Amino acid sequence: MEKTPIYIYDAAKHPFRPFDEVKQVFKYRFLIVQLLRRDIVTRYKRSILGIAWTMLNPLGTMIVLSIAFSQVFKTTAGYPAYVLSGLLAWNFFSQSSNASMVNLIWGEGLLKRIFLPRTSFALAAVGTGLVNTVLSIIPMLIVMLIYKLPITLSILFLPVPLLVLAMFSLGIGLLVSTFAVYFPDVAEMYQIVLTAWLYLTPIIYPEEILPENVIFLISTFNPMYSIVKLFRIPLYFGRLPVFSEWFVPLMTSFAFLIVGWFVFVFRSNEFSQKL
Amino acid sequence: MNQKIILNNITVRYKIPSERIGTFKEYIIKSIRRQIHHRPFYALKNISLEIMEGESFGVIGHNGAGKSTMLKLIARVLAPSLGRIEVRGKVSPLLEIGAGFHPELTGRENIFLNGALLGFSRREMDQKLNSIVEFSELNNFIDAPMRTYSSGMWARLGFAVATDSQPDILLVDEVLAVGDEQFQQKCFARIEKFRENGTTIVIVAHGMKTIESNCTRVCWIDHGEIKYLGAPEQAIQEYRSSN
Repeated sequence: MEKTPIYIYDAAKHPFRPFDEVKQVFKYRFLIVQLLRRDIVTRYKRSILGIAWTMLNPLGTMIVLSIAFSQVFKTTAGYPAYVLSGLLAWNFFSQSSNASMVNLIWGEGLLKRIFLPRTSFALAAVGTGLVNTVLSIIPMLIVMLIYKLPITLSILFLPVPLLVLAMFSLGIGLLVSTFAVYFPDVAEMYQIVLTAWLYLTPIIYPEEILPENVIFLISTFNPMYSIVKLFRIPLYFGRLPVFSEWFVPLMTSFAFLIVGWFVFVFRSNEFSQKL
Repeated sequence: MNQKIILNNITVRYKIPSERIGTFKEYIIKSIRRQIHHRPFYALKNISLEIMEGESFGVIGHNGAGKSTMLKLIARVLAPSLGRIEVRGKVSPLLEIGAGFHPELTGRENIFLNGALLGFSRREMDQKLNSIVEFSELNNFIDAPMRTYSSGMWARLGFAVATDSQPDILLVDEVLAVGDEQFQQKCFARIEKFRENGTTIVIVAHGMKTIESNCTRVCWIDHGEIKYLGAPEQAIQEYRSSN
């Protein structure tokens, strides 16, 4: 006989919500796997190329950008590989933080009626982004081979930048989701923010073309600067990062994750009334 | 008889802005000008209530009286601002079932997805799969994408997943409208069997007929407060005479 679940909530002494959410997420891990599977399977289900699109998508952008900018940024060795490595990191972040928001809005009908950890949607979105990015590393390596860039063992360091990207995307994804629940225009505003943000991060252009004071501003106030760089170092630059190169983005993204998690979880009790 | 749901001095309160703010832009501008004022709104005020095992409990009241807030509390979608709530047993919500289905996935894949949304584990879903497919009468279509399903088939699968195992507490919001008449009979028969086997049912409805014919006890809520609690006929009479 299964144990009957008992749910007790006392407003005077309820568990600390951010920790309780972690516990619930663990309990609902099957749901997160199912949501992740749904996102990956449905995205390409009706196309012949299927999952290959995941890899071809950034490649297409890379080709267009390379045709446009190869001559401009001649000094950058293997410019297509430079662009692609930046795009992989950027797409991971922009797509999964955006998908967190879209998934949450999609799930509103469910959130009003059944209990489920409300961070599940963002977690599944980031998981999907992670799977797509890992798959895209294969074409990245091929491009590096074509442009005769050395592939070194430093790529074994990649799990660290991937973790950093996942934490940052989740943190920002939860923050924008929270706003999107209250204000429907946030979803569209975020698209504009993302476009501006992309150009304020050295992804399409090498950072050397920027004046020193601009680099200083960007590296100080744009967390994506050091995160994208951390992703590129073991891949495109083929070396291991020095301490500050991995420690700073790791701490920054962890801080964003904590802030996003707390803001989202504390607000989430109101979601069923707002959505 | 055991209590299944215990509400103890429950208050649900939230702040609502004095005027509607539609967009983030508006919010920023108004908060700079300090034009945003919030006032507390009480969806439920100091409610104490016990629902027993095997009861069919009805909740009636005007729109915005707090009926659906009550269901949300029991479904643990919403936590109370004050007071204590205890719910003993597996809660299963009904209606708008199939909200979590994805049209591109097959029926089988959707069974697992929907089961996960309802909080079941992989192992539990593996065990349930066969009886879900059988009840929904979709054997021949279970591996086809759900976009090829009719709305009736869609609803059948939703109902089958949500009610495969007997819940301790069943939440019903409004009347059940599932597929064709024949299948509807099957659904009612299933709910009836749950009831006989001791499932507690909480029904929120506008139609007094549904309440009168199904409930053993009824609660009338108005402006977040319990106005009457007792026999269905009496509660409905009180509610009607207040209009």
